[in-house]
Amino acid sequence: MLAALVLVFREVLEAGLIIGVVLAASRGVPGRTMAVSLGVLAGIVGSIIVAKFAAQISGAFEDRGQEIFVAAILLFAVVMLAWHVAWMAHHAREMTQQLRQLGSDVTAGRQSLFALGAAVAVAVMREGSEVVLFMTGIVMQGKDTTVELLIGSGIGLLAGAAVSMVLYFGLAAIPLKKMFSVTGVLVTLLAAGLAAAAVKQLSNAGILNIFDTTVWDTSSILSESSWPGRVLNILVGYMDRPTGMQLIAYAVTAITIFTLSYIWRSPPKPSAQRA
Amino acid sequence: MSSSNSAVRAVRFPTFFSAFLAFSCALGTVAFLSAQVRAEDTHEVEISIKDHKFDPPSLKLPVGKPIKILVKNLDASAEEFESHDLGFEKVVPGNSSATVRVKPLKPGTYMFFGEFHQDTALGHVVVE
Repeated sequence: MLAALVLVFREVLEAGLIIGVVLAASRGVPGRTMAVSLGVLAGIVGSIIVAKFAAQISGAFEDRGQEIFVAAILLFAVVMLAWHVAWMAHHAREMTQQLRQLGSDVTAGRQSLFALGAAVAVAVMREGSEVVLFMTGIVMQGKDTTVELLIGSGIGLLAGAAVSMVLYFGLAAIPLKKMFSVTGVLVTLLAAGLAAAAVKQLSNAGILNIFDTTVWDTSSILSESSWPGRVLNILVGYMDRPTGMQLIAYAVTAITIFTLSYIWRSPPKPSAQRA
Repeated sequence: MSSSNSAVRAVRFPTFFSAFLAFSCALGTVAFLSAQVRAEDTHEVEISIKDHKFDPPSLKLPVGKPIKILVKNLDASAEEFESHDLGFEKVVPGNSSATVRVKPLKPGTYMFFGEFHQDTALGHVVVE
């Protein structure tokens, strides 16, 4: 029962932390609760579909299908998060002043909501498909411990959601004025970490072999499989044994998002603009 | 004033997205081709999962060679074949097999496990 609890907790937490950060980063965007809820729902449906076709996905592209699929999902999430950070940087001032503008900004808002929901959906789908496969296995084995295992999984799910909510409320307590810079950085690092994770998948598939050697090994200091290591891995992309290409992907993603948010940052007030 | 300014500054999402897609497709093609050209000197090995246990539970692998592990899951339920030491995690659905590629290794012992049944599905690799 404990094993089931821990496994489900871990998977839910991985998706939940991403959702928590994304939610905190989108405070003040109208309709975000709907977008995130739809994202979670789509992610759950996606998990079931992915779990159902796990064997077919895995067998595609000469047994490289699973890695390519996960890498594609991760890179998609990176683009969505990048877009969201850039959009928030562009609208930070209006959002902070609680201004609502009509016209082009409404469509822009819708695009950001789509990005938000999509990022959440793929995060849920990635972790959720493992939970679905695990729990299907429990039911299929039909042992007398089935109920116990399912209860364990249920507690794990609730606990994962609870910890994610603690993170969200922690972030939401940051004063609104500093909020966007803090969450902007957080989402940027989150996206950079996902890009590095995508590189690892492609490397494991034998598709991306450039700069493929491990640059450093800090697994004895802070292992990626320990709880703090795992949480840092999700939130800021901590890696205990990164390859050169993973570091490049991390840096390029972070720099690209910072640059985009700088270029598209909130335009100065009209009066200041004339000068 | 402010709105015309934002229209100039804000690059449209579809533009942004398609530029990214084109970029990643190009990158993917280059990477894939470079992988194909690479001479293969791969050591292949098989392992199976039965009753949530690995058979054999210990693998002997050569030093400094790329490795391909074929995992056969003979159970009806899925397993996640995972190793922190070797740096992979791969879902192997029930009654099917999957391939895991491992980079050339240094001598040593590396642990692996089945994430869905960590009480029984344990094993290790000895590289020498």
